Amino acid sequence: MIYAIAVFAPLVGAVISGLLGKWIGDRAAMGASILGMLIAAVCGPYAFFSFGDPGTLDLGTWIEAGKFHVDWALRYDTLAAAMVAMVTFVAMLIHVYSIGYMAHETRPRYRFFAYLSLFTFAMLMLVTADNLAQLFFGWEGVGLCSYLLIGYWYDRPAAVAAAIKAFIVNRVGDLHFAVGIALIWMTFGSIDFTVIFATVTKHGADTYHLFGHDLPMLELIGFLLFIGAMGKSAQLFLHVWLPDAMEGPTPVSALIHAATMVTAGVFLMARMSPLMEYAPYALTFVTLIGASTAFFAATVACVQNDIKRVIAYSTCSQLGYMFVAAGVGAYQISIFHLITHAFFKALLFLSAGSVIHAMSDEQDMRRMGGLGRLIPVTATVMWIGNLALAGIPPFAGWYSKDAIISSAWLAHSNIGTYAFVCTVVAAFLTAFYSWRLLFLTFHGTSRADHHTLEHVHESPLVMLVPLVILATGACLAGMLLHGWFIGEGQAQFWNHSIFNQPGNDIMESLEHTPWPVELAPSIVAVLGIALAALMYIFRPELPRQLAKQFPRTYFFLLNKWYFDELYDRIFVRPYFWLAGKSWRIGDGKIIDGVPNGLAALTVEGAREAVKMQTGSLAAYAFVMLIGVVVLVGVFMFFR
Amino acid sequence: MTSSALNHYLVVSGILLVIGVFGIFLNRKNVIIILMAIELILLAVNLNLVAFSAALNDLAGQVMAMFVLTVAAAEAAIGLAIVLVYFRNRGSIQVEDVNLMKG
Amino acid sequence: MIVDFFFWLFAVVLLISATLVVTSKNPVHSVLFLILSFFNAAALFLIAGAEFLAMILVVVYVGAVAVLFLFVVMMLDIDFEQLRGGLQRYAGIGAAVGAALLAEFAIALGGWKLAPNVDQVLQSPIPANVSNIQALGNVLYTDYLFLFQAAGLVLLVAMIGAIVLTLRDRKTSRHQIISVQTQRTVAETLEVVTLSLGAGTTESGGFLRPKEPEPEPETEPVHGHH
Repeated sequence: MIYAIAVFAPLVGAVISGLLGKWIGDRAAMGASILGMLIAAVCGPYAFFSFGDPGTLDLGTWIEAGKFHVDWALRYDTLAAAMVAMVTFVAMLIHVYSIGYMAHETRPRYRFFAYLSLFTFAMLMLVTADNLAQLFFGWEGVGLCSYLLIGYWYDRPAAVAAAIKAFIVNRVGDLHFAVGIALIWMTFGSIDFTVIFATVTKHGADTYHLFGHDLPMLELIGFLLFIGAMGKSAQLFLHVWLPDAMEGPTPVSALIHAATMVTAGVFLMARMSPLMEYAPYALTFVTLIGASTAFFAATVACVQNDIKRVIAYSTCSQLGYMFVAAGVGAYQISIFHLITHAFFKALLFLSAGSVIHAMSDEQDMRRMGGLGRLIPVTATVMWIGNLALAGIPPFAGWYSKDAIISSAWLAHSNIGTYAFVCTVVAAFLTAFYSWRLLFLTFHGTSRADHHTLEHVHESPLVMLVPLVILATGACLAGMLLHGWFIGEGQAQFWNHSIFNQPGNDIMESLEHTPWPVELAPSIVAVLGIALAALMYIFRPELPRQLAKQFPRTYFFLLNKWYFDELYDRIFVRPYFWLAGKSWRIGDGKIIDGVPNGLAALTVEGAREAVKMQTGSLAAYAFVMLIGVVVLVGVFMFFR
Repeated sequence: MTSSALNHYLVVSGILLVIGVFGIFLNRKNVIIILMAIELILLAVNLNLVAFSAALNDLAGQVMAMFVLTVAAAEAAIGLAIVLVYFRNRGSIQVEDVNLMKG
Repeated sequence: MIVDFFFWLFAVVLLISATLVVTSKNPVHSVLFLILSFFNAAALFLIAGAEFLAMILVVVYVGAVAVLFLFVVMMLDIDFEQLRGGLQRYAGIGAAVGAALLAEFAIALGGWKLAPNVDQVLQSPIPANVSNIQALGNVLYTDYLFLFQAAGLVLLVAMIGAIVLTLRDRKTSRHQIISVQTQRTVAETLEVVTLSLGAGTTESGGFLRPKEPEPEPETEPVHGHH
């Protein structure tokens, strides 16, 4: 019951502020939205910590069409409860933060809060879904709200373009996801999780006939579901929307693109673990993509100049980590990292927002510097967040990130080794670019113009309190939660909400990680910090020299490995060409041409027929005569 | 009337009709010629009717011929009135110039 | 034998004059040849035994219709037009259609025969010992009364139609208005004028004379601004 309140309170807040916001005013709308979130933030963690028996809260029938039966139902198990707790808590903090961040808006703000709350509701629907249809509903709902929120400042063309890009790239993933759902329906006869999870083993040998090959059905489903996750979680190839999504307000980036929406893909993998465990090739693919993304995003983050973009690529990279863990069968670790990551990444984004707010909307790090003395609280919490991100003990990230890297090693497979190498290198780069960000922003001499410098001020309390709370979480979450999530009692904790195949004992072998593997991430992190200090504090001319010496590499990284240009060439331009041709020729000339052509034909025919009316009396009489002759002839010969 | 005499009458009537018909569309001079040609056609029809009336010993043919005569006279009057008014308005009764119904 | 000779004579003249009707250059000649055709047709009617009809042909057709044609031909100021060159355009197809028509006639004439029971279905058999006129009269006002009245109506309508079509109401023609005439008063007709010795009537004021209608004031056609 509390559970249901946690899920629906944000919806009530969204409805009130969205539909009535124009009449009740901004403050009342914000109040309604915040109240809804507060209720949810209380009920959510409560439902998690006071966990009883798992069950399902049935809310009613949704679709009843022949054999296809789908209900609205909230699934209450450890996985869902953990996600609900995290989502409601973090979302509540971000709602409160937004009061301060959006205070200088010239337009009414109730729209923003309505969207935020609506998004929270959709995310909660996603994680508490008891069947794939409801999960897909939440999936699409968060996609929609992401579009609405990225393009919140709709008079900015860059924001609008970014919103459309996000939606369309997500669509590619969603399409595959939907096909996967269809295949699940075909195989299992139902899209209820209970039914699917109970009968997975029975369908191990099913195949799907495609293009003359018989593909194993479970593998195929696994691939398709993962491609859906790729789109939503901005993994390699479908990642192009995430950096552009930074056009939205910073709270949006914090909520959607750090803590919740992008983690939906990881959640999907964990939720479908009973099925994914029986699709080893798909899991290999997951690890491959995850590891490659982690590496790729970390390399790009090293040279970005926009403070938010660095953090965005960092998110992309960390999501790759989570998928690595999922791919080797350690879903528990990936969820654990998801939750700790939610804390410190939201913290990083919100404090970046605080910096931007202080710098009068300046986002380029090359124009910052030396802000540590001027905005100490923000600087401190950002240091804490980055320490957690880099995996320095005893902060939260150390527990989860190291567990992932260890699990990659412990998988003892080729792909695991590849993932291990990628994640360790990415850890090095993560530390490097995180401290690069810190040094460029808070330390050294200031590169901002003095007019901006005069306005630098610490953010108001309403923004600082959430930051501090999140910083506390970033410090303590790992310490407190790791025992439950990935410790020895994890199987009992999860209580079958995550499934491991009988041969999969990665979680147990975590205890026996060899110590070099255990220490490797921390060592490379420290090395990364040292390199960043060298390049940005002691020898600040070094970055420029390096960029000049290796211009091609520099630009390759700066332009995000030219993915956008590649996609533009391969997909966007041919598609626009095709659309243009379809519009002008297919629709304009052919389809419109048919009725137009008929009309023109009629007019032309009439014009020709009119020429018979010569007006010449003699001709008319003559024709009459011919008619008489013909009639007489017919009469005589054919009667 | 013998049948061969009847045949002669019919031949004459037929040729007269054809002459009248040709007169309608072969003339280029003026519309009045057309009206006269129509009179010729009606005359041919009358001849036909009277011939059969004589051959069959039936008065109906002659009665019909009389009515044809009446109507022909009326039609000639009206036709000429139309030609007259047309000439007043257009100034010409050349057959080729009578093309107001063009189009 | 004699009958045959006269029949052929009249028939040939009829056909020749009919041809000349449609081919004459002078429309007056055409009308005259039409009259000749009518006469010959009347003669043929006589040979066939329809005397009344023959005379009616002469009276109505020649006396009325052909004269009407002549009136109109003379009234319209028609030039002696040459045959315009368009004859050749229709010559080919005209000849073809004419040939088809003649062929049809020939076939019809070659293959026709009277129905065997024609004697029983006669409408109005010719009575033996009355004249043609009397026989026609016997049958016209009794069996064919309706047609007779209808023909009369047709003629009435034709007369009215012809008048309506061609009547030109000229404002300048003067006609009598009888009611005005009979209602005139002394004051309108008689005026006593005192004449001075040796003066005429004009200098003394003139006498009553109906006024001429005012000529229409000539309006300058409106031009645009130059």
